[in-house]
Amino acid sequence: MLKSENKIFKNLYNEYGWEIENAIKRDDWKNTKNLISKGREWIINEVKTSELRGRGGAGFSTGLKWSFAPKEVGSRPHYLVINADESEPGTCKDRDILRFEPQKLIEGCLIAGFAVNAHVCYIYIRGEYFNEGKRLQEAIDQAYKKNYLGKNACGSGWDFDIFIHYGAGAYICGEETALLESIEGNKGQPRLKPPFPALVGLYGCPTIVNNVETIAVVPTILRRGGKWFASIGKSKNTGTKIFCISGNVNSPCNVEEEMGIPLKDLIEKHAGGVVGGWDNLQAVIPGGSSMPLLSKEICDTITMDFDSLIENKSGLGTAGIVVINKDQDIVACMARIARFYKHESCGQCTPCREGAGWMWRILDRVVKRKATFSDVNLLSDVTKQIEGHTICAFGEGSAWPVQGLLRHFRKEVESRCRDEPLIKKKINNPYLVDQHLLENKNA
Amino acid sequence: MSLKKVHDNQPKEFKFTDGNLKKAEEILKRYPEKNKKSAVMPFLYLAQKQNSNWIPLAAMKYIAKFLSMPYISVYEVATFYSMYNLAPVGKHFIQVCTTTPCLIRGADKIVKLCKEKISPNENEISQKGSCSWMEVECLGACVSAPMIQINDDYYEDLDEKSTIEILDSLIKDKPLKPGSYRGRNNTAPEKKPTINGENHA
Repeated sequence: MLKSENKIFKNLYNEYGWEIENAIKRDDWKNTKNLISKGREWIINEVKTSELRGRGGAGFSTGLKWSFAPKEVGSRPHYLVINADESEPGTCKDRDILRFEPQKLIEGCLIAGFAVNAHVCYIYIRGEYFNEGKRLQEAIDQAYKKNYLGKNACGSGWDFDIFIHYGAGAYICGEETALLESIEGNKGQPRLKPPFPALVGLYGCPTIVNNVETIAVVPTILRRGGKWFASIGKSKNTGTKIFCISGNVNSPCNVEEEMGIPLKDLIEKHAGGVVGGWDNLQAVIPGGSSMPLLSKEICDTITMDFDSLIENKSGLGTAGIVVINKDQDIVACMARIARFYKHESCGQCTPCREGAGWMWRILDRVVKRKATFSDVNLLSDVTKQIEGHTICAFGEGSAWPVQGLLRHFRKEVESRCRDEPLIKKKINNPYLVDQHLLENKNA
Repeated sequence: MSLKKVHDNQPKEFKFTDGNLKKAEEILKRYPEKNKKSAVMPFLYLAQKQNSNWIPLAAMKYIAKFLSMPYISVYEVATFYSMYNLAPVGKHFIQVCTTTPCLIRGADKIVKLCKEKISPNENEISQKGSCSWMEVECLGACVSAPMIQINDDYYEDLDEKSTIEILDSLIKDKPLKPGSYRGRNNTAPEKKPTINGENHA
């Protein structure tokens, strides 16, 4: 369990006020000038020592990412972009940072901006978070008033400006290159990598893209030392993390805990336990909807960190934990997630655009008990055709949850299927045509 | 990718009001001068706000001219993002989150209530009061599920009773306050956990 003195986000529930005066009382903006005066090398090294891994889902080392930005500014300016396009089903941690701890984010932006040589930072907020964006803008204005931002920000000698850019309801814009496309005024479709944004990003300039939570913990890491952060949690999976626990629990909540906390502790001690008791647990989605679900046997012992979840063929992702108990129809739950991906596919790569629809339609047939046994194999095949064959990780994100369902609940899925009808219709379709589409004219 | 239909009945002309023109100039300052195109998304929001929450084709043409970009590029952006409404919506625009975390806490019951109280189909403006509703994907307030968004505001921790109260208040054009409808403090765990989750929809 995380000791209260080690908590970074003390105002996660807005018990102490979000305004800059209250934030300063909580040690935000303390010694920021000194921290910056220690120089780029020191900042990046300290973040590397802390072993901080990106909190947006991929878990890439933050210090390493920053070191990819060119050391000297060439003919093109550098940019810092903050990803606040929080749209992963099951995740709502960044929303609370934007609403209640905005100064941590703003201070982090200044430090990170200095570390990667950027004078301008864009914060990309999902359009639905209109009020959260308004709040953040107020907080930014307060910081400008105190000269913490703008020319010679915080007396550091570094000029720094922050602008908010709203998204407009596209999940794919959480992917960093789609996000950059969106800021540039295009539709949000991911770019091919390489080149990576660190070299060719926003407007073709070197750009570092980080998640809100990643940047918001940086000032505290620098103030208390990278070693302090690394001492919390497990090795390679260090520090604290905000977990969002939703679904069939008695008191769903956001909570900051140390990395590597057992999932069972998290659910029972913070979220009031599974509705109907631990034995009523059916499955848990551990890291937002893109991550494969875990069966109860795994949930009994699993710890919540990047590496142990990967060992169990899942992932920490954004740490959005969705608890599903035995009162729920697990196939219907996953069919709804498949529908989410069908709706949100940007349409750029064929396997994802078409495959997401296939997965949803097949799962929907299973829910309605209209699927056949061969559909299950087809479903498994479709997930394999998508995975690894798309420009961005959306393909994996949509295929993995279905693979997880088949891995742990194949019997359940098959129990709802039936044999092929004895009298087959006289249609001879090539393999790659979706039978279902042909049978229902309006599908 | 969402499928969207442009409204049949389009106004002929569109122009930013003086207030919005000032706002537009402010927005342009955020982006490098040669990258004016970046302002297309905030401009579309301005147009949508000005034109009772939907964007006519004339506005897209106006914005294209304003930012010296092809009309079709503006159209492309406006049709790609789901939050740009291309046809009129109700004065009270209800978006019901029905993705899995909300679904398993009873979002389907909220959809049913919307069908009964507002209109049988999505995106239809109600006969009583000016409301319309639609199902949307995850709104990012999963620990406060089930929840709905009405215009800009989130209504959280709903159940059938509170949803009925909220919908009735919209029909009467006197909307209730946003926030948690279980009286809890933001996303903090509740002190008195209820047995078997009886208090959600």
